[in-house]
Amino acid sequence: MSPNFQSMDPAVQALHPIAEEICYPTAFERAAELKPCPIGSTGVCCRMCAMGPCRLVGKTDRGVCGATRATVVARNYTRMVAAGAAAHSDHGRDLARTLIETARGEAKSYRIRDVQKLYEVAEFMEVPTKGRSIEEIALEVGQKALAEFGQQEGELMYLRRAPKKRQEIWRKTGIAPRGIDREVVEALHRTHEGVDMDAENILKHALRCSLADGWGGSMMATDISDILFGTPVPLNTYHNLGVLKEDEVNLIIHGHEPTLSEMVVAVAQMPEMQEYARSKGAKGINLAGMCCTALEVLARHGVPSAGNFLSQEIAVLTGAVDAMVVDVQCIMEALVPVSQRFHTLLITTSPKAKMTGALHIEFDEEHALDIAKEIVKRAVDNFPNRKAEVVIPKFVSPAVGGFSHEYLQYMQGGLHRGSFRPLNDAIIAGRIRGAAGVVGCNNARVPQDEGIMKVIRTLIANDVLVVTTGCVAHASGKYGYLLPEMMRDAGKGLREVCEAIGIPPVLNLGSCVDNSRILTVLSQMATEGGLGQDIGDMPVVGFAPEWMSEKAISIGTYFAASGVHTFFGVNNIISGSPEVVEILSKKWDEMVGGTMEFITDYDEMIQAALAHIDRKRAELGLVPWDPERYGQSGGDELMEKILSLPPEQRYLYSRKVVEERVAEQV
Amino acid sequence: MSRYIATRALRGANMVVREADQMLKQAIAELGPDAKVEFTNTAYFLPVIYGFTGRQVTKLADLGPVLEEAKKLLHPVPKDKHYLPYLGETLDAGVASLLAMEAIEGIRFARGEEPMPFNWGSKGLVGGSFTSPEFEGAGGADGRLNGPIDDIQLRAWGIQLVDGRMPGFAAIVGCAKSNEVAVEIVRQLQQRNILVFLSGNVNGRSIIHQLHEEGVEMGYDTYIVPFGLDTMSAIYALGFATRSALTFGGMKGGQAREILLYNKYRVFAFVLALGEIDDLKYAAAAGAISYGFPTIADTVIPQILPTGITSYEHVISMPFDDIEGENDLERAKRLVQRAIEVRGVKIKITEVPIPVPYGSAFEGERVRRADMRIEFGGKNSRCFEYLRMRNMDEIEDHKIVVDGPGFEDVEEGGSMDMGILVEVAGRKMQEDFEPVLERQIHYFINGASGVQHIGQRDITWIRISKAAAQKGFNLKHLGEILYARFHADFGAIVDKVQVTIITDPKKVAEMLEVARQAYDYRNRRLADLTDEAVDTFYSCTLCQSFAPNHVCVVTPERLGLCGAYNWLDCKASYEINPTGPNQPIPKGTCLDPVKGYFTGPNEFVKQYSHGTVEQVALYSIMENPMTACGCFECIMMVIPEANGVMIVSREDPSMTPAGMTFSTLAGMAGGGLQTPGVMGIGKYYITSKKFISADGGLKRVVWMSSILKQQMREELQKAAEREGVPDLLDKIADETICTDVDGLLPWLEEKGHPALMMDPIF
Repeated sequence: MSPNFQSMDPAVQALHPIAEEICYPTAFERAAELKPCPIGSTGVCCRMCAMGPCRLVGKTDRGVCGATRATVVARNYTRMVAAGAAAHSDHGRDLARTLIETARGEAKSYRIRDVQKLYEVAEFMEVPTKGRSIEEIALEVGQKALAEFGQQEGELMYLRRAPKKRQEIWRKTGIAPRGIDREVVEALHRTHEGVDMDAENILKHALRCSLADGWGGSMMATDISDILFGTPVPLNTYHNLGVLKEDEVNLIIHGHEPTLSEMVVAVAQMPEMQEYARSKGAKGINLAGMCCTALEVLARHGVPSAGNFLSQEIAVLTGAVDAMVVDVQCIMEALVPVSQRFHTLLITTSPKAKMTGALHIEFDEEHALDIAKEIVKRAVDNFPNRKAEVVIPKFVSPAVGGFSHEYLQYMQGGLHRGSFRPLNDAIIAGRIRGAAGVVGCNNARVPQDEGIMKVIRTLIANDVLVVTTGCVAHASGKYGYLLPEMMRDAGKGLREVCEAIGIPPVLNLGSCVDNSRILTVLSQMATEGGLGQDIGDMPVVGFAPEWMSEKAISIGTYFAASGVHTFFGVNNIISGSPEVVEILSKKWDEMVGGTMEFITDYDEMIQAALAHIDRKRAELGLVPWDPERYGQSGGDELMEKILSLPPEQRYLYSRKVVEERVAEQV
Repeated sequence: MSRYIATRALRGANMVVREADQMLKQAIAELGPDAKVEFTNTAYFLPVIYGFTGRQVTKLADLGPVLEEAKKLLHPVPKDKHYLPYLGETLDAGVASLLAMEAIEGIRFARGEEPMPFNWGSKGLVGGSFTSPEFEGAGGADGRLNGPIDDIQLRAWGIQLVDGRMPGFAAIVGCAKSNEVAVEIVRQLQQRNILVFLSGNVNGRSIIHQLHEEGVEMGYDTYIVPFGLDTMSAIYALGFATRSALTFGGMKGGQAREILLYNKYRVFAFVLALGEIDDLKYAAAAGAISYGFPTIADTVIPQILPTGITSYEHVISMPFDDIEGENDLERAKRLVQRAIEVRGVKIKITEVPIPVPYGSAFEGERVRRADMRIEFGGKNSRCFEYLRMRNMDEIEDHKIVVDGPGFEDVEEGGSMDMGILVEVAGRKMQEDFEPVLERQIHYFINGASGVQHIGQRDITWIRISKAAAQKGFNLKHLGEILYARFHADFGAIVDKVQVTIITDPKKVAEMLEVARQAYDYRNRRLADLTDEAVDTFYSCTLCQSFAPNHVCVVTPERLGLCGAYNWLDCKASYEINPTGPNQPIPKGTCLDPVKGYFTGPNEFVKQYSHGTVEQVALYSIMENPMTACGCFECIMMVIPEANGVMIVSREDPSMTPAGMTFSTLAGMAGGGLQTPGVMGIGKYYITSKKFISADGGLKRVVWMSSILKQQMREELQKAAEREGVPDLLDKIADETICTDVDGLLPWLEEKGHPALMMDPIF
């Protein structure tokens, strides 16, 4: 194995030699080959105008225009936030448009699947529902959602979903976003040459812009996806490349938006398509997902996940991927050359995202079903073209996915008593030390999944409940951590809670836009009571151990702006300016109660997070966490053993006696 | 949940819903879809179904849609591996089970199979009023178990539930390890005044059998209610809980979440699962958890300790033999203690050093003549009680003197004279509190198992049972009880308590004279206490723990609607606990002396009803009447056709001219809402000069439950004379005369009732 290869994924490890064999350098090799720019990676490279690029290193502490390091780092950071917010929000915008087209009957293949959620969102948006048809309501909800993008004054309506105290903080500090597009545009304006030159002021806008993502575009994307495609409830699924099938047409749906993939799922199940696949010698059509698209269809249909970001090229190496259809975001351009080495048909679909060398079948909502059929048909047609030997590693992990914030509430009390009381109680009592959102990407600069899993294992062992999205959700699934059985790796207190509800210690909340679900959950926990009045009062933390995209920076920033201390790994992209480091880790804490910290050492990162959790516990006056205090729940195993005893031996008035009898039986 | 429990509960739920479905189909086939379904003498239809779904079941056909809803709440059992979450699903299935169980009991009622027949033999059933009057007193081989608790009893317990005298209920399901353990568990609960509901069996044997065999008296009066021998009947416990929320909390049918949370926070109940637990019991327990009621088992089962749906642990396993203790009795005691801890019931036990069990649960116990060792008062002897205030240096604390012979030499079943003189001293003691404290003697003495106290003042009548005497109970113990309880309950105003039990006949006669002078003085003083004579009224918000928006305004001439708190009681209560539920309300400016509007009460009521009530007319039923919690002794309602009002007692289950029974009317009168024309009152308000004086007073009463006429004949007669219509009582109809308006009007005309000649009430 090449010394540069870095992944703990056994499937990736198994397949990587094929890349070596065919002399194809994957992202792992390219990363080793291409060192990161040492100047850009600390944030001090300014290329905002043609007088530069200015590299503010060594004794150079100002650019040609006089910009300081702090200004440059702040500008670069803020532009990342803007780009990330733009990506998530554009996703939200497309869904709002799909909802409108569906309501108007233009997007004929779509319908409102979750009427209950439509009513809830309509009520929240103050859209009248009485005496109106579902379509009328959906139309107005879609229009109101869409109007959020162009809104120029006032506040985004989703801010009202936050605890009152949080809303006041945003208003007081002047970072309540006015309109989604406006904040992105203003971020670009402010960071243009010669505009905002006060790091703190620039970064304040980064907070505002990020909120337009988390409490704007992303939240809207989640809500509307639920309305159109159904609010997820837990279901069984599988993770990792072993989900590909040798004798079926393998179609990987990769990217981020659910609009097309939902149609592909529907089409692939059609008997005519299955029949067509059989006519080409395949036993059927096997769909598998990648990145966030995967998580959208996994949560709603149980479509298995083939892997996360760094697995995309590797999947093609199996020789079993008959087509890979992509839409937007996190798609490696390297898919073109690697798919050319195999028979894999790479299909782009978004007018926003074409790839030179890939087949483009443009998607539009009006003809969604026909386009999906065309895509599936192409995949089937390609099945007989498999040339190389098919190598599908056996690695596959079962998992439970499909957690939504609605279900989180339901699972803690059922239809009538659902609330966040049990979770809050568990935190108050110290059964659960705190909660963490572990999210974000893979990054070829660090071994795939290693940091993610280190963080997750340590957290759950320390009684920290983990919620996850995006590539971290895939990683958790690959190593079995999305299974309820994994509660055995959790601390004693957390295990009791998992056992009471029947959940894994790590909950898959969906795609990256579904990080908005975490915001909703945190708001509900704060409102439930007992943990202060605000997200910032609670013992919760955020992690992106292996982040790489600008979207991740936007997510981290909106978590900070919402009162969460957030920890990012891999590389400190603001290290070029101690002043900016100070702003993100101290001033933001004073301002909004949240921080963004880049800590490359995983242990250090985990310790900092646990210390923060303990500090918040102390501030709330909660009992200090004690790993040995709890754990007396349970006894399922004993009961099952008792049932295997002959009835007259089942003496239930004494645990001691019955345990002895069970032991004798064995 | 644990997966094991979830699996069994889900299995039980699926089974019981299926069973209900089949039973319903069969019953409809046999009895027809319109066959009547009702729980006798209870309001709110089938209450659990009504609470969860808002559906008003009155006939078999109504149960169909209920079971359809139940089916939607069912879920499959979790898989062995890689299972999906099960807590929410199991709780839903638990609710489905409750709906099905209640439907089954409804079907059994329709078939006349409920309450369940039971052979009482010659012992065990006490306290009369079981659900159906036709079964009253029906012991013997053709007896029945209790079935659902009737409405009268629910309301009668209301005030005790709200003021904490009765902390909650224990729903015992199954069968104890032995009869001895069964008795001890129940005794432990009784001593804490916890209601005991019994149902279920293990292999056919129920704790009801166990208690019956041991001669334990069961019935409302002893706080032990045997629902039925199978698990289905456990539904009545949750029906009781639901009805509490509907009755006292002002909730409406269908407000499932509110009803459940009301129970979680206000009704301290738990399930005690004795013996092996089967699928149905697990399913029912899952339903109980939604109410916030935890389960404590005396066998090995998985534990669910995290909190949230319930306030404390959800499921506790205390295998009986593993409980630390010298013997089974001690283990039983610990089991009960743990159960109480788990529900977070706050119980103050006053240790009373007497040789018999002590607690409010024993207040209702009767001592029959056959079981009696001795009696004081009644037909054959004299007995009185008198409490007076002394200076601190005049008495000695804890001095208990028996002045005269004990009853050792009196023959069994005999009687003797007795006077109980209680002398108290305290810096905050006032002469006005003497009658308040004296009235407590009745409750205090009744708390001893085997001692019965009836009456007050010079008509006191006390019996001591043979069993109590055998255990060594003697006259000095009466003093011990009074000493302990006055200190415990009235410690804030009483520093010293001295008790003299007088049995020397001559001294009894002497002290009786002194006492009678005092009674007379108090009567006159009470007559002088008018609303005009004082500048302060008192609030009573005791029931806000149950009815969050209700405020009673208690004035000298209008006692609390529960009948338990008059103005003096409130005043004393305020002295005892200055931050408690009885607060002084300065009268402020009188805005309308006729209707009884005062600035003070208006402001107070507005604030403490949290804005639901703007103002209150103290002397009117027609305009801004006082609200009610649900504990009222009587409900009065305007009968427009008769130009008057009717008054129905909570002890009267009959139909009234209002077209509704007490139970149905209670739904309109309670819950802290003002409904002009309807009002809940304490029965002694009827004889007050201020009794709806704005609307014409006592002369407006055209119909009254006969039991009120009997109980208060003398006082009512005096009031009628005061109102200038001495024969008024004979003109007031009751349920023996008519139960509808069509019958009422001719009667009133025939008798020339004054209401017909009065100004229109509207």
